[in-house]
Amino acid sequence: MRVLLRERRTGMKKCGRCSKPAMLHITEIRHGEVQALHLCESCAKEYLNESEAGGPPSDEDLSSAEGAEAPESGESEDDDESPVCPHCGISFKEFRKQGRLGCPHDYTAFHDELMPLLENIHGETQHVGKVPKRAPKASQHQFRLIRLRNRLKAAVDEEMYEEAARLRDEIQNLEAEAGSPGAASQ
Amino acid sequence: MDLDILTHTSGEWLRATGPDSDIVMSSRIRLARNLAEFPFPSRASDSVRSEVERLLRGEIAKSPAGKKLQYLQIDALETLDRQFLVERQLISRELSENHGQRGVGISPEENVSLMVNEEDHLRMQVLRSGFALDDCWRDIDAIDDAIESAVTYAFSEQLGYLTACPTNVGTGIRVSVLLHLPGLVMTKEIQKVFQALQKIGLAVRGLYGEGSQAMGDFYQISNQATLGKSEEQIIKTIKDVVPNILAYERKVRSTLVQENRQNLHDQVSRALGNLKHARQISSEETMHLLSSVRMGINLGLIHDLEIPTLNELFIHTQPAHLQKLRHERMETAERNAARADYIRQRLTVPPSAN
Repeated sequence: MRVLLRERRTGMKKCGRCSKPAMLHITEIRHGEVQALHLCESCAKEYLNESEAGGPPSDEDLSSAEGAEAPESGESEDDDESPVCPHCGISFKEFRKQGRLGCPHDYTAFHDELMPLLENIHGETQHVGKVPKRAPKASQHQFRLIRLRNRLKAAVDEEMYEEAARLRDEIQNLEAEAGSPGAASQ
Repeated sequence: MDLDILTHTSGEWLRATGPDSDIVMSSRIRLARNLAEFPFPSRASDSVRSEVERLLRGEIAKSPAGKKLQYLQIDALETLDRQFLVERQLISRELSENHGQRGVGISPEENVSLMVNEEDHLRMQVLRSGFALDDCWRDIDAIDDAIESAVTYAFSEQLGYLTACPTNVGTGIRVSVLLHLPGLVMTKEIQKVFQALQKIGLAVRGLYGEGSQAMGDFYQISNQATLGKSEEQIIKTIKDVVPNILAYERKVRSTLVQENRQNLHDQVSRALGNLKHARQISSEETMHLLSSVRMGINLGLIHDLEIPTLNELFIHTQPAHLQKLRHERMETAERNAARADYIRQRLTVPPSAN
């Protein structure tokens, strides 16, 4: 993860790359290391282009996952091997290039390729948040369980054992309910 | 909506009324949603884009969760008007600069904005003055429910709400607070804050979001990860950390006053002097000086000026606002002179009773 902060002011400092007066003062945080840069207009432009390439916010997250395959890219035969979404026609390679997916089905079409990327960006690969109210009853149920288990884990981590015990009971009730024939028929 | 009406106000995020509004300018939550069975905007044909727009525009017209919203078709607006909406934080730069059919539904108080055909089909945001994330969540959750009852969102059991960029998948939530931290900047303590925030997975950005400059000591703090945590957990992370930053900023400010009162008083007074007497001034210098003065008021070093007046200047001196207030288009040099005129007038004439 990287944070870039830019501030524009004129002062006494000289550009770190040439000898013109520094205009842009860039604070960059990369993997916890803070680096301050003082650059003139043109060097700053160059620097920011190098490091940002105008991509989406977490370009660096995307590209770091990309790193492993990077040496192979550029060869034309790879295009044939890059999976393509049957719904919108985007290839995984195209997604890599622009950082945006083509349609919701891409998450299925590129499942195997996306999972390591998601793990890298979010540190998790299972949704535990809000669920559309129109989702089928069975999955609503499933989600309540996922959320409860997630809260249970958090409660244990925070050593809130009373809360954890309550959540455990709730989970057991819900599991029993799911197992009963009445709930299954819904 | 006649955009000219908006030029007379300063919008929700500069109202300066909410909790801790001396440091927390505004709280904001946005949700990214897409319609199932349609390609994402960047890959959609013109006809698909307009179909998505027609559908969502229809939902916006139904006042979701009782929120009356005015719909603006962005592709029909001039560049200046689009820039104006960006300056007010009602639309993103992405929506402003995109192409094709797209729009935004805005509430009269300017605290709700629903963008259609931005990076995702629907980007909803709720804004509050001051530190008020729970209120933001309550509102946006209700709006989301109302729209979801009529359309089918792209959603997967494993990955949650599906978004054009994998960085937003899951909850599709971005929780952010806009903080004014001149004390921490002045003492260079701010870098410690950034490092600490980064460790707990929070991002720091400038005033206008991604890639924008840290103008006038304003910083936006927001979550990075959107998958694997519930909305409440993500909100809590920010809610828990903000009071620490506020305490740090206040501590640094009071140390500055105790140890260096004269220097500080001199600095904020000079900033005010420059604003009152300049004949030409850039928007960046304006931001910088206003930031100093804002801190001066909050520390009781400047008495004859109020925060709302100052906040109004923050927004009214930006390029598109200035041009709309003047009803004319101006080049940079003209704007710098017009800006100085406007500020001088606003700071020397006593504020009207409001």
